[in-house]
Amino acid sequence: MKAVPKPTPDTQPFWDGTAAGELRIQRCLTCERHYFYPRPSCPHCGSGTVEWVRASGRASLYSYVINHRPAPGFEEGGPYAIAVVELEEGVRMMTNIVNIEITPENLPLDLDLKVVFERRGEVHVPLFEPAGGAA
Amino acid sequence: MNTGNTTKTTNTGNTANIVIAGAAETDEVGRLPQHSTLSLHLEAARNTLADAGMTKDDIDGIATVGTPGPIQVAHALGITPSWLDGTGVGGSSFLFHVRHAAAAIRAGLCTTVLITHGESGRSRIGAGRFGLGSDSLMGQFELPYGVVGPPSSFTLTALRYMKETGLTHEQLAEVAVAQRRWAHLNPRAMYRDLITVDDVLASRLVAYPFHLLECCLVTDGGGALIVTSQERSRRDPVHLLGAGEAMDAPMISQMEDFTTSKGFRLSGEAAFAEAGISHDDVDHLMVYDAFAHVPIYGLEDLGFVKRGEAGAFIAEGHTSPGGRLPLNTNGGGLSYTHTGMYGMFAIQEAVRQLRGEAAAQVPGVEVSVVLGNGGMFASAATLVLANRLP
Repeated sequence: MKAVPKPTPDTQPFWDGTAAGELRIQRCLTCERHYFYPRPSCPHCGSGTVEWVRASGRASLYSYVINHRPAPGFEEGGPYAIAVVELEEGVRMMTNIVNIEITPENLPLDLDLKVVFERRGEVHVPLFEPAGGAA
Repeated sequence: MNTGNTTKTTNTGNTANIVIAGAAETDEVGRLPQHSTLSLHLEAARNTLADAGMTKDDIDGIATVGTPGPIQVAHALGITPSWLDGTGVGGSSFLFHVRHAAAAIRAGLCTTVLITHGESGRSRIGAGRFGLGSDSLMGQFELPYGVVGPPSSFTLTALRYMKETGLTHEQLAEVAVAQRRWAHLNPRAMYRDLITVDDVLASRLVAYPFHLLECCLVTDGGGALIVTSQERSRRDPVHLLGAGEAMDAPMISQMEDFTTSKGFRLSGEAAFAEAGISHDDVDHLMVYDAFAHVPIYGLEDLGFVKRGEAGAFIAEGHTSPGGRLPLNTNGGGLSYTHTGMYGMFAIQEAVRQLRGEAAAQVPGVEVSVVLGNGGMFASAATLVLANRLP
């Protein structure tokens, strides 16, 4: 079975968002910059006045590997792409690329992507697929 | 108080010349299922005390990492230290310990520090548990994506580096080829047979673009160091000319720029500045090589070559035996040994080269630089070591 993240008070709004079909990240009300991963103060300016906002869900492929030694729950479907994507808002996160055959040729860097969500137990995990739709 | 002319004549306190006065590894490295983690620490410690011509009673400071930690190691050795350092920031920790020990000795907190490493990385005897809670940062934001340890995550930066710089798959493979040439000369290395780029590219894919031969070994072993002031050294000392420490991000997905390590750059700049050396002064280099791309980042981020040039530099043989910048001359983590926290072995090889007693000895080494990585580009430290004062 695939690993299921367990929210903490700091991260609960993120996981509440994915359950609602939204990708939520934080934004500083002082310097107005976005950031990720969830934490209670802005890493850019140090302000504690921050808000949760809905990200567009659009991203580009920053880098990835195609993993040939599967983690528990990843045995089906062959080698899979562990990726880092850059959201339109400028922050990066790890994810999987899905709904496309996983080959280097299909996955040029900077490929346009959009978020989808996969249910894992009580939690929904954000994954990304090519913005042009399934190949 | 008149201190106007004291700094010229003393070699204690803030001006003390700090040296590595003892250095040794465990009797064997490799597959050691009969050794517990603690016993690897203790064997390395005893070998190092013998190398230094010291006894445990000379030691008043202790530094080590994680399992089993400084209290168990000191207690098992019968040492009651007046200074302890348990800094655990991954495989670079032992470079951090050297820097911290130097500061503690100069501050008068202790006089002689024993730094130990032992890790049953392969056999997992008396070893710490792997695994992070599902509510940890990585448990929430990396492990759900099927990360299986460093081979599927430390490697994540490489494709972006290749796109930005033009590094080829063949050049990445050349890193493993070059290091195997050094391992070929080292009887203690786990893998010694010479290999070609084709061999590397034909080895099985672990995590594209990385093949098995571009990933480090997983072994058992240990090593230790004694750091003290020059007066207390009882053998030909290795001088610590400079050191730096730095960090980037706690998860590789949050690394500032996938094409350069901030930790490598900042720790290197600090170490070179303290030592007052330039790149031309460096005779020998050790760069932590958990995977084949890491020495490429190290060469560029320390400033030995310009951005995007390291792949060609290695492929042209400049880091191989006979080359102008001998790199990872024990064979490195790719071919010599890699217990999990390899930094100790990088320091050990630099000490051997500076003493003139390495298996693959480079002629005339006077200045050696060691760059340690911790986690996945998470922490970094650099040491400038020399067998003479400037």
